[in-house]
Amino acid sequence: MSAKKKKLIYNAVTFGVVILAFLLCNLFYGQMSRSLRAQLIPICCWIVMAVSLNLVVGISGELSLGHAGFMSIGAFTGIIISGWLLKGFQMENETLRLVLSIVAGGAVAGLLGFLIGIPVLRLRGDYLAIVTLAFGEIIRNVLNCVYTSVDGTRLVFGFINPTLPGTLLLNGPNGAVSVSKIATFTAGFLLVLAALVVVLNLINSRTGRAIMATRDNRIAAESVGINVTRYKMIAFVTAAALAGMAGALYGLNYSTLVPGKFKFDQSINVLVFVVLGGIGNTLGAVISATVLTILPEMLRDFADYRMLVYAVLLIVMMLVTNTPATKAFFNNLKGLLSRKGPRKTVEVSQRKGGDRA
Amino acid sequence: MIFLSNLVNGLSLGSIYAIIALGYTMVYGIAKMLNFAHGDVIMVGAYIAFCALQYWGLPPVAALLAAMLLCTVLGITIEGLAYRPLRQATSLAVLITAIGMSYLLQNLALLIWGANPKSFPSVMIQLPTLSLFGDQLKISGVTMMTILANIAIMIVLTTFISRTKMGKAMRCVSEDRGAAELMGINVNRTISTTFAIGSALAAVAGILLCSAYPTLMPTTGSMPGIKAFTAAVFGGIGSIPGAMIGGILLGVIEILGKAYISTELGDAIVFAVLIIVLLFRPTGLLGKPIREKV
Repeated sequence: MSAKKKKLIYNAVTFGVVILAFLLCNLFYGQMSRSLRAQLIPICCWIVMAVSLNLVVGISGELSLGHAGFMSIGAFTGIIISGWLLKGFQMENETLRLVLSIVAGGAVAGLLGFLIGIPVLRLRGDYLAIVTLAFGEIIRNVLNCVYTSVDGTRLVFGFINPTLPGTLLLNGPNGAVSVSKIATFTAGFLLVLAALVVVLNLINSRTGRAIMATRDNRIAAESVGINVTRYKMIAFVTAAALAGMAGALYGLNYSTLVPGKFKFDQSINVLVFVVLGGIGNTLGAVISATVLTILPEMLRDFADYRMLVYAVLLIVMMLVTNTPATKAFFNNLKGLLSRKGPRKTVEVSQRKGGDRA
Repeated sequence: MIFLSNLVNGLSLGSIYAIIALGYTMVYGIAKMLNFAHGDVIMVGAYIAFCALQYWGLPPVAALLAAMLLCTVLGITIEGLAYRPLRQATSLAVLITAIGMSYLLQNLALLIWGANPKSFPSVMIQLPTLSLFGDQLKISGVTMMTILANIAIMIVLTTFISRTKMGKAMRCVSEDRGAAELMGINVNRTISTTFAIGSALAAVAGILLCSAYPTLMPTTGSMPGIKAFTAAVFGGIGSIPGAMIGGILLGVIEILGKAYISTELGDAIVFAVLIIVLLFRPTGLLGKPIREKV
């Protein structure tokens, strides 16, 4: 099978799975439990988060620990824009408001991603990771001090100053209150599709190949004339903008939202989705984001032990998928399924095992 | 005088960060992994000391030893069960396992000790408050103890690393694991020892932290853990003097920033300084520059 055909099949499967899942959800909406229904929009948001972080971690090869920061910027921009349009301009059309909010959330987060990317992408490895973590924490800390209100058709901002004229939209550490919940599952689905179109097209384009080249060997990529910083920046900004859009949808799904919701743990959670889905694997990111968002809900039967079981599952999954024995098993399985037969892969896996011993 | 008192408080907080950062930096230097569960070992250590004082009725010194001993066992167990099987795996896989371990410790603590914050007993450190300049500058016993403990740990650890056989083995493994193995160094045992030392230090840090800020919760360790990790990177991760300098600077910057710039933006100031330092010294204050081989 040619590489091109393989990619085509992979993309078709990815889109197929997402569309099928959406249709099934709509078909069985009546049978779903309340808690599962409430999870549908967050699941879409986390899928977009995972797919976008996968672009940074998997495709461009930089560990980012501050992805939730971009999500929170998108969320609060979305809430401000939506509240401004509703209270300042009496825009009643919810769909239009949602679309404008999401676009604004993505744009602001993308711009911030660009500004942060300038210093961040100069660093390497763990130092880059810690700086993204630092930026995520700074964003949360600064958002804790921002107050916004609508006065007539005017937006008023205050910093560490809660006395503003008009209706308050953002209230510092207490976050956004009485947000009109305009997010819909269909919008979430369309956002997931859009994110997939953007990311998969980017990966399979000339730009995407350049990004992967910088990941695989920075010096070699530079020596064939690839501008490393530029291509890493493209991946970083695209991911930030997508995260901002996911954030706007997420923010408009709840009536209240505090900046403390987007702590460092949330960035880590998204990273867990990406790693468990297989780093660099977009479909894997989609599936693991879905499963791992539903899993804590499904574990409600365990009540107090819920997060404990989740933690144990996480460790066991990493141990099982990363030991040589299971890797060899999966290689054999892949060999059996492919037309060339298992022999070649068995040899490869044995040789790998030999290297380790 | 207020400045001096802030400075002393900063030194004290920085000493706690430095002790925690030592655990991060040693493990990173030798096992090349970010041990995210380290912050939660601090919390476990503080809870053990709390139980020893409150329920078992042990004297403070015995409580300290109990906390150090149990945390050492915990550290070695975590390393053996979760990290050792992943020695050959990618660094991201190890990172996620460490994150899972951090969740596990937090939730175990939640089950055992409950979500309600516990008030850490003040009997742990009984030093009188020191008054200087005719009562203008007061230094509490906890603050003094923290700074003294930090100095003592720094001296003992530096001697251990530079003088003992095990310390030499640690330096070897951190330099080149494969070569160390060929020279007959037991790499697994060296890594276990590193975890043991790091975890014992975490127990000390937990007790000092909770003596200064007496609210004890299952999430107590996570924010100081992240700050100490930042401190380790600030000083150049893998370098022991770097962790010391990074930790102390970070504590001083945090307290002075909160006092003179803005209370709400204290954390943001700390992280902003980190970013600025890394822009000018991309491998931290004392980190070795990365050489690229083609």
